[in-house]
Amino acid sequence: MKIAVCVSQVPDTTTKVKIGADGKTIDPSGVTYIINPYDELAVEAALQLKEKQGGETIVLTAGRDSSKEVIKKSYAMGIEKGILIKSDIEMDSYAVARNLADVLKEINPDIIFFGKQSIDYDDSQVGLLVAEMLGLPSINVVVSLNIEGSKVTAEREIEGGKEVVEATLPAVICAQRGLNSPRYPNLKGIMQAKSKPIEERQPSYTENKIEILNMTLPKAKSKGKIVGTDVAAVGELVKLLREEAKVI
Amino acid sequence: MSKVLVFVDSRDNKIKNSGFEAASKAVNIASELGCETEALLIGSGVSSIAGSLGAYGIKKALVADDPKLEKYSTTAYSKILADACRSAGADVIILSATSMGKDISPRVSAKLEAGLAADCTEIRTEGGNIYAKRPVYAGKAFIEVKINSAVKIFSLRPNVFKPVTIDGVTTAAENVSVELTDADFSSQVKEIVVSNEKLDVTEANIVVSGGRGLKGPENFHLVEELAKVLGGSAGASRAIVDAGWRPHSEQVGQTGKTVSPSLYIAVGISGAIQHLAGMSSSKCIVAINKDKDAPIFQVADYGIVGDALEIVPALTEEFKKVLSN
Ligand SMILES: Cc1cc2nc3c(=O)[nH]c(=O)nc-3n(C[C@H](O)[C@H](O)[C@H](O)COP(=O)(O)OP(=O)(O)OC[C@H]3O[C@@H](n4cnc5c(N)ncnc54)[C@H](O)[C@@H]3O)c2cc1C
Ligand SMILES: Nc1ncnc2c1ncn2[C@@H]1O[C@H](COP(=O)(O)O)[C@@H](O)[C@H]1O
Repeated sequence: MKIAVCVSQVPDTTTKVKIGADGKTIDPSGVTYIINPYDELAVEAALQLKEKQGGETIVLTAGRDSSKEVIKKSYAMGIEKGILIKSDIEMDSYAVARNLADVLKEINPDIIFFGKQSIDYDDSQVGLLVAEMLGLPSINVVVSLNIEGSKVTAEREIEGGKEVVEATLPAVICAQRGLNSPRYPNLKGIMQAKSKPIEERQPSYTENKIEILNMTLPKAKSKGKIVGTDVAAVGELVKLLREEAKVI
Repeated sequence: MSKVLVFVDSRDNKIKNSGFEAASKAVNIASELGCETEALLIGSGVSSIAGSLGAYGIKKALVADDPKLEKYSTTAYSKILADACRSAGADVIILSATSMGKDISPRVSAKLEAGLAADCTEIRTEGGNIYAKRPVYAGKAFIEVKINSAVKIFSLRPNVFKPVTIDGVTTAAENVSVELTDADFSSQVKEIVVSNEKLDVTEANIVVSGGRGLKGPENFHLVEELAKVLGGSAGASRAIVDAGWRPHSEQVGQTGKTVSPSLYIAVGISGAIQHLAGMSSSKCIVAINKDKDAPIFQVADYGIVGDALEIVPALTEEFKKVLSN
């Protein structure tokens, strides 16, 4: 079985966003970059499937040279092969998906794992764009997964419940928290990842459909008021919520 | 622009509030651009609910009404939407960024080679162009974007655009013929498991969330009772989701759900940056925490310093009292 997984590199969740000199993107100075948290779930799902059914695993990322770090992280967890589609220009989700789809077409995997969302642009698009570009079924926001032969049954999260969805391989699966607990790489894995080669590709498509005009920070809130302490403050809080904030 | 098509998502032949929000915003955008709006409903029996869109100014609703469409299928639904866009000659598609909208919109984007601005919180028109603002980094920043493709797709964050009613409009429903083969159902919902009858945190107008300050899972009912009295939903911090007190479907934050209710009450939550990312756009924030220096007070509009286990039941009682008058 050929198992592919697509991962992206994002700022650490503790990042305090500062706007960069271009006024459109964040200032990268002092930012720590990590593998997108949902993509760790995707890597784990790929590894579990390989351990169960056998096969080869391959990780893909589109990004700058520094994105090699997320391939190394995937290697350290146990992925065998990695491809970086190297681009110095910022690509939108559509362009990223086109590039991934072009390489994936060649690889022709039986299953492709994605995270449900990158926590930088929060687009929630790339996995499904790739599925459509390759003419594959997809199951998005997956919290449990079962694969028997070529039949996939998954539970996906929706508002107030779950949908049980069926599809047939080859298919795209986009991981949501709850699907599994990503393993920690062991020392041996980390050491091996350092020297494992990474294949580099040129982007096949670089046209963006989304143009970012500016980036702004949310309006700073004026500091609120401490209504009081302990149960004694409850009456006053309720009054303020009704009469001042008018939300009740 | 020549026409705006709005996909109105429905389940069990009920249009969600987010569907009306999308319809109403579509009508508003179309009127600013001086063009027509058409709505699209997909399902089995949806013809009967098209009429309710009139109240929001929809004059014409396309309905793809077929027993085969009773259960959601990402492949079939997105094909119908893309086909409807082509045959209607629409160049703007509006839909809500619900679980269904988020699942359909990228596929339609690929089919129509159309840019998709996802989860928008503001949309404005100027000189015949559409500009959208959307949160990035889980709401720590916003970007304003313009779409440079012939067809443009915008998904709207639920609960942000308030639907505006328009008097005197009736909706004419028109069937669209759907030609679907088995291949169009390559992924198909078999069953829906409703985890609870409660409203999802992303849909609720009031959210009461609990954190580790509740001390143990046995005290979470305090949060649920307060949420219930207020007609809202209960949410959770990641700390108590990881601890197994609550399911992750209730988690609010950067790796949980992003909510923007009118009122968010954080109970025993410290206010870590990842939690704030998911709720700081709430209109009014209340914090209850025994530590007066907890970071949650930095974003709260109102706060009470003290023991949540005592304050929350008292708050529930007080609301019961005032709301029954
Ligand atoms: C990659 C990553 C992603 C993350 N994503 C999320 C996310 O999506 N959502 C999220 O919430 N977190 C997320 N976190 C975790 C986040 O950093 C915090 O650890 C978490 O939010 C803390 O939860 P808490 O406020 O319930 O617990 P704590 O930080 O332990 O806070 C408990 C609070 O309760 C107060 N307290 C204690 N006793 C009482 C009492 N009797 N009455 C009143 N108050 C009391 C304390 O003063 C304290 O402020 C993420 C972390 C990482 C690394
Ligand atoms: N640059 C990228 N390279 C590889 N995979 C990506 C990239 N960006 C996004 N993805 C994948 O697509 C998912 C959804 O991302 P997004 O649509 O950007 O929210 C992520 O969780 C990744 O699995």
